[in-house]
Amino acid sequence: MSVIAPDETRRTPAPPPGTFLGMPAFPVNAEQQLANAQLRANLARATATIRAKRALRVAEVPQWEDLRAAAAAIKDRVLANLDTYLLQAEANLTKAGATVHWARDGDEANRIVTELVRATGATDVVKVKSMVTQETDLNEALERAGIAAWETDLAELIVQLGHDRPSHVLVPAIHRNRREIREIFLAEMGRYGTPAPPGLSDDPAELAGAARAHLREKFLVADVAISGGNFIVADTGTLVVVESEGNGRMCLTLPDTLISVVGIEKLVPTFEDLEVFLRLLPRSSTGERMNPYTSMWTGVTAGDGPQNVHVVLVDNGRTRALADPVGREALRCIRCSACMNICPVYREVGGHAYGSVYPGPIGIVLTPQLRGLDSAIDRSLPFASTLCGACVEVCPVGIDFPKLIVHLRRLVADRERTEPGLEPAVMAVGEWAFGQGKHLSLVERVAEIAGRVFGPWRFFRKLPWPGSLWTSGRDLPVPPRESFRHWWKRVKP
Amino acid sequence: MEQPGHGLTVGLFATCVNDIMFPGTVRATMGVLTRLGCRVEFPDEQTCCGQMFTNTGYFSAGLATVRAFVQAFAKYDYVVAPSASCIGSVRHQHEMLSQNKPALARQVKTLVARSYDLCEFLVDVLGVTDVGASFPHTVTYHLTCHARRVACVGDRPRRLLEAVRGLTLVDLPEAETCCGFGGTFSVKNSAVSVALATDKARNIVATGAEFVVAGDNACLMNVGGVLRREGAAVKPIHLAHILNSEEAVR
Repeated sequence: MSVIAPDETRRTPAPPPGTFLGMPAFPVNAEQQLANAQLRANLARATATIRAKRALRVAEVPQWEDLRAAAAAIKDRVLANLDTYLLQAEANLTKAGATVHWARDGDEANRIVTELVRATGATDVVKVKSMVTQETDLNEALERAGIAAWETDLAELIVQLGHDRPSHVLVPAIHRNRREIREIFLAEMGRYGTPAPPGLSDDPAELAGAARAHLREKFLVADVAISGGNFIVADTGTLVVVESEGNGRMCLTLPDTLISVVGIEKLVPTFEDLEVFLRLLPRSSTGERMNPYTSMWTGVTAGDGPQNVHVVLVDNGRTRALADPVGREALRCIRCSACMNICPVYREVGGHAYGSVYPGPIGIVLTPQLRGLDSAIDRSLPFASTLCGACVEVCPVGIDFPKLIVHLRRLVADRERTEPGLEPAVMAVGEWAFGQGKHLSLVERVAEIAGRVFGPWRFFRKLPWPGSLWTSGRDLPVPPRESFRHWWKRVKP
Repeated sequence: MEQPGHGLTVGLFATCVNDIMFPGTVRATMGVLTRLGCRVEFPDEQTCCGQMFTNTGYFSAGLATVRAFVQAFAKYDYVVAPSASCIGSVRHQHEMLSQNKPALARQVKTLVARSYDLCEFLVDVLGVTDVGASFPHTVTYHLTCHARRVACVGDRPRRLLEAVRGLTLVDLPEAETCCGFGGTFSVKNSAVSVALATDKARNIVATGAEFVVAGDNACLMNVGGVLRREGAAVKPIHLAHILNSEEAVR
């Protein structure tokens, strides 16, 4: 593991250089990740464990399919009436004493949060694990303003101290094993606060103890906490955070100022609707019957908890997705990560190949909608699937991933078909060849010539490009000397 | 006793992969259907289900194949293909592709309901699981992803295999995981595709079976390509060949 030299101009560990959008397309990233045997072993073991737990806990619920259908229906109702629910939520949040802010995109969200923190005079903030602030790269925006943002979720802490990026929605350090975690703690903790004990082993309890001591200092110093939100109940203005460790609970209760940054699709109409999701989410994500720490807060309560409560509602591409009648289904997502745990592609390559805070099946349908299709990485994401459909079986909100994937591929193809390239040319020839039986017959005559010439080989082992894309790892059968069509024509049984 | 297929005429949908690369599988499909009394015809207007175009985002080319499919098969009461993936595409994509062409969409709707994967036609329409085959070998079965989750053929292939004389069926570990083929995924994401096929091949070899059987030759071509590259003894075989086999049981 490479150790990154401390950067004296920074307050928090520097993330890896480069940006997600500057990344090469998925196939290039994936090939790099495939070469990392340790990563693949870590992923295979970790995802297999979570999958097995999930399957066990889901099988216990006889009305599981009804819950999924209800969840999909609730989310679709919210999305179809989002304007109404958002205004209702704003009114009720305000009535409860929270201040609501609206952010069109990531930059605007970061600007709002930075100004709110500056106004308090705080130089350190603690963070509850939050996906949307990763979307907006909030930590780096705060760092540029001289404010240190400390991740308090254990796995996010491992990622932050490791100068790394998260590779999973729920288990962001899933690509690390405990030996690697021990090395990160020993090398980095002391540079940013309470050091790891010198004799630290890779025993999980010892690692957690080191993290607890390191984080305790952060909790006691910070006057401001930044959270995301799993849900906002519109008719009460209640925010909900679902977490496993209690670190989130510390952030939500200790500091005087609480800033919650939440995507606009996170609304549920009522508490009754919330019940459906609180049953689906823990079983789908961690394979637990119920969630360990479910925190709910409604504005300000005098003398109890944060006295300054801000909620930043973030669009950042969500209304673009909402405008697409097929693509909007991705906004149902509750970030459980069951789709990535079951995805064969994710399990081979891990989250870093996706160039997105959302990897796996949800990433490939959500990220290109949030960011658009302008970059190489975003255009390649919808193709990072075999369309095997395993994700559909586990999604608690019934997202029809293959339908969305094929739809997004069409949007990519519609942009690329006018550009020069092998694929549009092949597809144009294909449209002609497969448009009529007599055309296909001609193509088969060509295949039959190849069959007669190369027949004695039986298999191709090494073809020039683009055939090499197949033969790099697989033998390819030589076509037969006669297609079925031509056999039928000759024999007419 | 009257044969179960007596009086039925079947439009045989070869599918492009089988037509061009695996004509033996199409002949085996014909063999099984004929042995059960069906009259089998191959309408030569047929081309392909179109999913390689549709699933790559090229919907207009997909629509061209829908037209060819309707032209070829509209006159048949039964359309049968040796591929659950292609039948799955007919069922779940042809209506979507033709949604702005009302006349075509109507034809597609009725035709979809008459289109079957071989195992569905045998079990559901002909009502047979014992097709009179014998195949004295140890095989392991991979229920391909589109057979499992798109065409949803369920346990039909397993029931057909269990009725084959002399056949020993051994379970495939991690059978529910994709082999990595994925149509154009196999070349657009070649490295990941090979990695998945390698995992699948490892599980297949671990069963000790002589053959790995599936109902989709494209998946078998993918995992078979790795098996052959690695010099494994286990051979890929399409379900139709086993059902058409009359190899003597020792």
